Amino acid sequence: MSIFSSKNVKLLSGPLNLQNPVTVQILGICSALAVTVKLKNAIVMGLSVIVVTAISNLVISMLRNYIPSRIRIIVQLVIVATMVILVDQVLKAFVYDVSKQLSVYVGLIITNCIIMGRLEAFAMGNKPWPSFLDGLGNGAGYAMILIIIAFFRELFGSGTLMGFQIMPKAFYEAGYVNNGMMIMPAMALILVGCIIWFQRSYNKELIEKE
Amino acid sequence: MKNFSNTYIFIFSAVMVVLVALLLSTAAMNLKPYQDKNIEVEKKQNILASVKISSTPDNAVELYAKYITSSFVVNNNGEKVDGLDAFTLDIKNEQSKPAKERMLPVFIASLENGSNAYVAPLRGKGLWGPIWGYMSFLPDMNTVYGAVFDHQGETPGLGAEIATKSFQQPFEGKQIFENSDQFVSIKVHKGGAKEGDIHGVDAISGGTITSKGLEAMLDSCLILYKPFFIQNRQ
Repeated sequence: MSIFSSKNVKLLSGPLNLQNPVTVQILGICSALAVTVKLKNAIVMGLSVIVVTAISNLVISMLRNYIPSRIRIIVQLVIVATMVILVDQVLKAFVYDVSKQLSVYVGLIITNCIIMGRLEAFAMGNKPWPSFLDGLGNGAGYAMILIIIAFFRELFGSGTLMGFQIMPKAFYEAGYVNNGMMIMPAMALILVGCIIWFQRSYNKELIEKE
Repeated sequence: MKNFSNTYIFIFSAVMVVLVALLLSTAAMNLKPYQDKNIEVEKKQNILASVKISSTPDNAVELYAKYITSSFVVNNNGEKVDGLDAFTLDIKNEQSKPAKERMLPVFIASLENGSNAYVAPLRGKGLWGPIWGYMSFLPDMNTVYGAVFDHQGETPGLGAEIATKSFQQPFEGKQIFENSDQFVSIKVHKGGAKEGDIHGVDAISGGTITSKGLEAMLDSCLILYKPFFIQNRQ
């Protein structure tokens, strides 16, 4: 099997659309609401989750024949927690302002259902390379949704993107105001709902048969 | 899946835990200097912001060295205490002591116009967690020169507004003493301070508990500086 066989590519692209962890499997919603006020935070959070899912999937898959099944959940948790703490420490050291805004949500990546779900469902039963791709794909699927939500929330909530003013001054002079609802977590949920709606009307196969 | 013996499980977990511990402690030790540096730079930026000097993480250390010309620690009677570093003094730790024994850091900034500003750190409780800030005073030790506040997790759009310019700016020019030595602090008024009130500012709509917490923070922190302020005013 070549490194990028069609099966492997599917592992990467599936989670971006038909198998998206957030909008199809409805996992990881909590942090998607919390860290999407600003685009920069969403990007850093997305990258952190990609790193954690990819590497913990890889490690668990490499160890899968040596992990005693009776303590496998504990082993998975230890690996995930290690990765998360490492990511958190690195963020604190190099992107301090973002890490302050992400606050507890980096630590809470440990409890992100996407990660444990992929470890248990995929990495425990597949070879390292496909597992790594699966982790990468699922992390990217999550990051993508976060970035879409954050884009709209920051643009309409604060009039900026990545901290730069986007909405022209003239708009404000003409009576335009930033939408305060956009910076409340509830609005993220409504946006997730909208994304699910668009995705389903575009991909008919996602709609349940009556 | 193979069935492993209990001995194997014990050895497996022990080895795993030791390896993970080694990895994490190495990472923590190597990253600590960078993290400490970030915290220090942030504090310097905050102190500079309270005397209305804006800085970036890159130039904060340089600007701090240029403008903050001295810092020292005073006690509850306004006397200088030797041997303590104002910058590294832990305010949270001091606040767990009885009011009389607390050490109070003072930072002196030399402004562009040649006069000094005196900065006092603040720490208190908001709605969801700690709030803190720095307030600077003119040499009369009464009139506020600038104020900066920050918070850990106040509600975005409501209590979190204390960290914005629009909330902090009105503190400038307010006074904390009435009739020269009666301490009245600065009140945060729900519904808006009266026109010309030199001891009050507007609270935040929808952020009443945070606003009240901030008012309590000003009152409890600044009153301790009263002896120092009264003895040293010019």
